[in-house]
Amino acid sequence: MKFTLSWLRDHLDTEATQAEILTALNRIGLEVEGVTDRGAALAPFRTARIVAADQHPNADRLRVCRVDIGRNTGEGGIGPEGDDLVQVVCGAPNARAGLSVIFAPPGSVIPATGTTLKVGSIRGVESQGMLCSLRELGLGEEHDGIAELPDNTTPGQSYANFAGLDDPVIEIAITPNRGDALAVRGVARDLAAAGLGRLRPWLAETVEGTFASPITWRIEFPEACPYVLGRTVRGLRNRPSPAWLRERLLAIGLRPISALVDITNFFTFDLGRPLHVFDAGRLAGRELVICRGGGETLRALDGRDYIADPEDCVIADDAGVQSFAGIMGGEATGVSDATTSVFIECALFDPVRVALSGRRHAISSDARQRFERGVDPALPVAALEAATRMIVELCGGEASEVVVAGEPPPWQREARLRFERIAGLGGLEVTPDAAIASLEALGFAVRARDEAGVLLDVPSWRNDIAVPSVLDAAPGLDPARLLGAEVVSPIEAECDLIEEVLRLRGLDAVPPVTLPPIAAVPLASLTPRQARTAAARRLLATRGLAECVGFSFISRDAAEHFGAIPDSLRLLNPIAADLDQLRSTPLASLVLAARRNAARGADALGLFEIGPGFRETGQTLIAAGLRTGNAPRRPGASGEAASLWDAKADAMALLDGLGMPMDALGVTADAPAHYHPGRSGTLRQGPRLALAHFGDLHPGVLQSLGLDGPAAGFELFLDTVPDPKRRRRAAPDLPSFQPLTRDFAFLVGSDVTAEAVLRAARGAERTLISRVSLFDVYEGEKVPHGQKSLAIEVVLQPRERSLTEAEIEAVCAKIVAAVGKATGGALRG
Amino acid sequence: MSDDLDALRQETLTALDTAADLRAWDAVRVGTLGKSGRLTGLLRELGRAAPEERRSRGAALNRLRDVLTLAIETRGRTLEAEALNARLASERVDVTLPVPTSGLGSIHSISRTIEEMVAIFGAMGFRLAEGPDIETDWHNFSALNTPSHHPARTDHDTFYLPTLDGEATRLLRTQTSPVQIRTMLDQAPPIRVIVPGRTYRADHDATHSPMFHQCEGLVVDRGITLGHLKGCVIEFLRAYFDQPALPVRFRASYFPFTEPSMEVDIGWDRRSGEIGGGADWLEVLGSGMVHPRVLANCGIDPRAFTGFAFGMGIERLTMLKNGIPDLRSFYESDMRWLRHYGASPLLPALLHEGL
Repeated sequence: MKFTLSWLRDHLDTEATQAEILTALNRIGLEVEGVTDRGAALAPFRTARIVAADQHPNADRLRVCRVDIGRNTGEGGIGPEGDDLVQVVCGAPNARAGLSVIFAPPGSVIPATGTTLKVGSIRGVESQGMLCSLRELGLGEEHDGIAELPDNTTPGQSYANFAGLDDPVIEIAITPNRGDALAVRGVARDLAAAGLGRLRPWLAETVEGTFASPITWRIEFPEACPYVLGRTVRGLRNRPSPAWLRERLLAIGLRPISALVDITNFFTFDLGRPLHVFDAGRLAGRELVICRGGGETLRALDGRDYIADPEDCVIADDAGVQSFAGIMGGEATGVSDATTSVFIECALFDPVRVALSGRRHAISSDARQRFERGVDPALPVAALEAATRMIVELCGGEASEVVVAGEPPPWQREARLRFERIAGLGGLEVTPDAAIASLEALGFAVRARDEAGVLLDVPSWRNDIAVPSVLDAAPGLDPARLLGAEVVSPIEAECDLIEEVLRLRGLDAVPPVTLPPIAAVPLASLTPRQARTAAARRLLATRGLAECVGFSFISRDAAEHFGAIPDSLRLLNPIAADLDQLRSTPLASLVLAARRNAARGADALGLFEIGPGFRETGQTLIAAGLRTGNAPRRPGASGEAASLWDAKADAMALLDGLGMPMDALGVTADAPAHYHPGRSGTLRQGPRLALAHFGDLHPGVLQSLGLDGPAAGFELFLDTVPDPKRRRRAAPDLPSFQPLTRDFAFLVGSDVTAEAVLRAARGAERTLISRVSLFDVYEGEKVPHGQKSLAIEVVLQPRERSLTEAEIEAVCAKIVAAVGKATGGALRG
Repeated sequence: MSDDLDALRQETLTALDTAADLRAWDAVRVGTLGKSGRLTGLLRELGRAAPEERRSRGAALNRLRDVLTLAIETRGRTLEAEALNARLASERVDVTLPVPTSGLGSIHSISRTIEEMVAIFGAMGFRLAEGPDIETDWHNFSALNTPSHHPARTDHDTFYLPTLDGEATRLLRTQTSPVQIRTMLDQAPPIRVIVPGRTYRADHDATHSPMFHQCEGLVVDRGITLGHLKGCVIEFLRAYFDQPALPVRFRASYFPFTEPSMEVDIGWDRRSGEIGGGADWLEVLGSGMVHPRVLANCGIDPRAFTGFAFGMGIERLTMLKNGIPDLRSFYESDMRWLRHYGASPLLPALLHEGL
């Protein structure tokens, strides 16, 4: 919402400075978005008159001018005391005696060049200022010489003021609840209530109708339009608006078109009252009908075609739809220079219908903006009179009687304020008298008052206050917790009033209060699960991985490589084709990120993300990691490629860090299809519970996504990892006898897993065997074809006494037997 | 001392001096003190000497043995030290050779900011609440007093997902506020939660990202006033920016789910970007007293309870605190950027260590 300061002053009688007004606007919730003050840069420039222009003694093309700069320049110091003539050397061909000009005193900054003017000597003659062209002032491109002002211009005036350029344009943001502030008068009323002056009275003078309107209204869609007024003005002449109206519209960014159009725009901004004028000569029939659309095409004033559907409220004549009610008129019946007779429309339209129609057709208009926030339901009669008067004044003609259809809807509402609630909710002590005075200044009227509170009538223009509650309680809410509108509405209305009282004082007036502590020492903010996620993040970062945050959606093509891409997880209105499918895993985002990094030359990196993966069954939290490229080469190391072993180590370190008992962990050689089928696996607790996948990424996936290998990754399902048991720890097992170590090499079939051998060995004698680990795998010519050698180290931990050779032998035999039974393996000879 | 002993002494010391390595030294030692060594031989011969001579010769021999033993041991230690030094010298390496480093990774600045927020609000008794990214129309809008025709909805460019049979409209949450609703449905007052999380709006340009992060806060209790809201927000902002006197300004505003509503500005210098200094104001969050209708929608009686809520952009606060110029860079995962703005995992956000 834009307006000029002078426009505001039409409604607000105030001594306040511009700065005070801006501060107040911000304070009361009419946020200032910008101020354009064209006059500020022109402040030093004055009107002046050349009294004499003589030839410069030393230059043919220069003239020495005696310039009358007026007595009350307000600056002083130009020329001798009491002397209002100064000497200026000027090179303009049109500098001549008697010409009214724009004078720049020394010290002025010339807007076009940014230079500061000094008293100087030009070819030996002193010059005490400069006569300016409009181009030098940044006001135009003319450069035929200095600007020529009208002959009767009084010297010594502010040029900005003289030219009407000292009227700052203020732009404010209007929140959706404040339809009344989409009017200069509404803004003025708020400022007056905030103590910045007095709202000037406004009364529309009636224009007597001299004939019956040849066009009348009929409402067929009363839910959309309960009340409409109209009036014909005939015998008029449409012409350009007067300068004051054109300048106001130009200042707020509207293009002046013709008096009739400009008048409707003026009232839209002045009173927040959109109007429409039909060219009566172009309307068919004698009746305008307000009805539902029926699939007709309307070419609107924006030159575009729209199809009116039954949910739209339209205005139709005998020839068809001529206007989208409350949104935009039609081109066919719009006014033009040839218009001699108009029919003025002034209606109340249902805000919800206007909002939905406007959104459906994507039409933004000043009218829609106001109707969807709600216009003043008590204003139509006066507004129509004011508009009629202005039309007759600017375009001539005579007005008909007013035609009406429907009834003004009841808008009267009341609201009660309990005085103690101002501090109780708002945290600010305000006396009852002061609170009531504020509300009265906003247009509220006291109906009754007692010790505890006040009952007020709400002004017609405040559509946002004491609106009946429309509750939308949670589906399935316990009936015992359900509250009725009769309970909530009075509380809401009271909140509305408290907001007004506070707003006018500024919320900065409310003293801040520290929340009372819940406990002297704060309790944990995170649940154990949330804390674990934080720990996982730190753990992965300490392993050298850099955390990323990727979009939750990726392209469907990329997503396809990482599992199912159900339509139920595809955005209906993606912002771009490559952001349309919710990802099943953050690993997908990491691969795309690695590709972008590789394109910048960073191909060896470690990334991780802890974020959501989306499945048809719901959203899960996944910690995913990706390592790519080769480790840096160095003496003695050729730079190993990132591999599934890195990924497995990352995943296992993370599970360990999350408190997962590592003994309970099993590995199976299966993983989703985005991994290399032979070089990937799943970490499990028990046979069912998959905790993490790891592996080399499938070369086909990498190729499709444009990432050169190697790349290995993991995905760990944070929601699946069981919570650590919260029981007291048993005492640690700290035997005092020295452990002893035995190595075994087993020949097993090539398809036997190390895990099977280790598990069998571990289980052979649980009381003595404290650790079993694999230290070598050999496949090759020294073992039979189809077999491999697995070398394991077994640590025996005596508990009560040292072991005898015989006991050790017995354990070793058990190990060999157990491995043999489980895997068919035998000791390597 | 008799001449022969003197000669032995002299010859042995000379031999020790000339022994260049431990092998030569050992030959001298064995040749002197060994079983068939010269001194051992002289000692053995002592028994054959005349008794009167034996005493003085015995004493002389013993003295010589002590002297030579000491000399041999000393020389041996010297040679051992020399040998060790020679070996160590031969083992010298170029210590500037590189080692395999597993440098620390980094924590994303968005995560870091969330950690800091949790630490600060945690000290004020807030706990962390979470909710799903895919929400229903009701949770994201209707429950928050934003019916479908509400003008405020046009400010939200919402991403929609296909509606499943018989279910409510599904969308990506445009704000973290639906978690307020979930919290109030699940928990009776007193409530103090913050909700950091992903949010989505169909907007993409230099200052808007289709996905970004918000942090919501909600307090519901008896006797909560706008004064508490101001206190809480001011204390948070001053702690977060580590500026005890940070100027904070409150402006009346409008949100469908709060009343009164306000926007909160902090002082800064528009030109230098310095927070706290200068004469300009910068909007950092929106807030207000929870709308009675929202409380009622969640089954909380607005006659008994009041509350406040606030919401802030995590990226925005991160950019301001760390001087990050470009919103889009948060999601590009450029390794150079991640390292530059990332936080160390060894310095988690702990109030007692300082943020």
